[in-house]
Amino acid sequence: MAEDAQAQKGKLAKGWLNFIDWVDERFPLTETFEFHMSKYYAPKNFNFWYLFGVLSMVVLVIQLLTGIWLTMSYSPSDAFASVEYIMRDVEYGWLLRYLHSTGASAFFVVVYLHMFRGLMYGSYRKPRELLWLVGMAIFAVLIIEGFAGYLLPWGNMSYWAGQVIVSLVGAIPFIGPDLMEWVRGDFLMSDITLNRFFALHVIALPLVLVMLVFVHIVALHHVGSSNPDGIEIKKHKDANGIPLDGIPFHPYYTIGHDVPAIVIFLFVFCVVVFYAPEMGGYFIEKPNFEVANPLKTPEHIAPVWYYTPFYAMLRAATYPLFGVPAKFWGFVVMAGAIVMPAALPWLDRSPVKSMRYKGLLSKITLALFIVTFVILGYLGTIAPSPVSTLAAQIGTAIYFGYFVLMPWYTRIEKTKPVPDRVTMP
Amino acid sequence: MTGSAKMGLGKRGSKTLGLALLVVLLTPLSQAMESEWPMTPMNPDLQNLPSLQNGWRLFTNYCLGCHSLKYQRYERTADDLGVPHDIVLEQLLFSGQKIGEQMTTAMDPEMAKNWFGAPPPDLTMVARLRGVDWLYNYLRTFYLDESRPFGVNNKVFPNVGMPNVLQELQGTQTTGCASAAEENCGELVLLEGSGQYTSEEFDQAVYDIVNFLYYTGEPSRLERHRTGVFVLLFLVILFVFTFLLGREYQKDVKH
Repeated sequence: MAEDAQAQKGKLAKGWLNFIDWVDERFPLTETFEFHMSKYYAPKNFNFWYLFGVLSMVVLVIQLLTGIWLTMSYSPSDAFASVEYIMRDVEYGWLLRYLHSTGASAFFVVVYLHMFRGLMYGSYRKPRELLWLVGMAIFAVLIIEGFAGYLLPWGNMSYWAGQVIVSLVGAIPFIGPDLMEWVRGDFLMSDITLNRFFALHVIALPLVLVMLVFVHIVALHHVGSSNPDGIEIKKHKDANGIPLDGIPFHPYYTIGHDVPAIVIFLFVFCVVVFYAPEMGGYFIEKPNFEVANPLKTPEHIAPVWYYTPFYAMLRAATYPLFGVPAKFWGFVVMAGAIVMPAALPWLDRSPVKSMRYKGLLSKITLALFIVTFVILGYLGTIAPSPVSTLAAQIGTAIYFGYFVLMPWYTRIEKTKPVPDRVTMP
Repeated sequence: MTGSAKMGLGKRGSKTLGLALLVVLLTPLSQAMESEWPMTPMNPDLQNLPSLQNGWRLFTNYCLGCHSLKYQRYERTADDLGVPHDIVLEQLLFSGQKIGEQMTTAMDPEMAKNWFGAPPPDLTMVARLRGVDWLYNYLRTFYLDESRPFGVNNKVFPNVGMPNVLQELQGTQTTGCASAAEENCGELVLLEGSGQYTSEEFDQAVYDIVNFLYYTGEPSRLERHRTGVFVLLFLVILFVFTFLLGREYQKDVKH
């Protein structure tokens, strides 16, 4: 009996291998898996901060899946009512909707932490400039994707936040008003605007996003992952050409670290989904429980928390220059602030990559930059006052100063010697 | 040099950052529509079915004539609140609608606009829009004010366009300025015996209405809380196994 079972098992395994061989002759299945997973050698000294790339992918999948199912019940021609239909009449519709709305905020949480990791360990430095640029493109598309999605519930805050952002286009000299009409497709925010934002949110931008993420990973696996020491593990290889300080991504990172980390992340995520989906008005804003009303401006218009640092910088521009209204310069400042980190690979002139070996000046400026970013985020949520505007202006100066002065302060500071091989935590 | 010292600013800076983010996230947004009135807090209780049922009854009698609950269905409400369908059809559904339909109002919005200056808003999600404390205090702070079209004003929503529909239950309130006792001026004074309910009974009635509106704001709330327990328990168990499995793989990695 036992021998029979053994023989049966052997046959099955052989059949499976034959099938894989059959596929491999026609498609590089094993080769691709090995290149990206089992023979992709990642530095063995990754720490906590290296989890947020994988977590971004997890959130992307959550957003894609819940988004597909929400689209089955959402109707842009009766947007607000269809969201409440999902919340009440669709089986587990409330769960799909809260997963998606919490997922939007979670996306920015993990992406901001992922970018912070890059800043801290110099992940953008040579030879990873293109990897960084693709990442910045993902960030920019994500911002537009989130903005388009925010309009879809057609609550009063959706409407007015959309109105504020679209009207920025109108501040562009000469072509502004016509351009704004073209973007909206109407003389005011209307069903036409909502329908085109819906198309962008569910088809165009996700498509671009997924393609950019693919390119991001291809670029990463070509140059290899950086690490907290900011040194190249490819410099020391064994006789088989395998980096001495590298371990196969699969299974040592996937099952060894990532899966348990994903479960912890999902736990925190689900605590929010099931017990605080509004997050005190930060993830779902109270005025959005009222249908869009062009005649009723909310007392205080603020974007969702993940845009507020940039919104604060937008509002910090209060002087009309060269006869162009301040609003336009605010738009320029905001767009500049979003794009600015893309220049990092060429701004950082330090001989070392990682913050571990950079000098005191780099550490202070990074800390100041992060604190400023958080303060700007807070300022973006509150109603403007002379004091908060002044604070936002100082914050904007520090934000840009961090980048503009980087070539100078990374060169003059004294750095520590970099080790030859990675150091384990 | 220890490992954490090597991390330099990285580790310490990141902790400060995490803390700052947490503080920002946990500070509730400053409530819009704040008034000077000291709000009496209201704690809704979705397990209290008699309260919710009474709230539904009062809402149907006093509010539904003008305010719809157009995203909420009779049948779902009856099932969630434990009210038999025949009682709903007999006592709560007057418009000849079917039980699967939504709680609309018969009032013509155009006419309503003429009468009140603005059509009475739908109230399905008013508890999520304004908060339960706001509603609970709003409904209890109407007072006589001859300068207003309906002869009443409100402490929480000054110059509101709505008449005091609960006046027959509550009785008449004044701001106390009419009497000689000047120190009472501005505070609400109830004319004893002018309403059908005692002050305690009225507070309970308003509590029930607000509790009901808290329910209609998100009818799946209890289900959400219940489901969450199982999901989180599952994730805890899943973590134990994935962690133990992961640890086996980590043992292979040479330091």
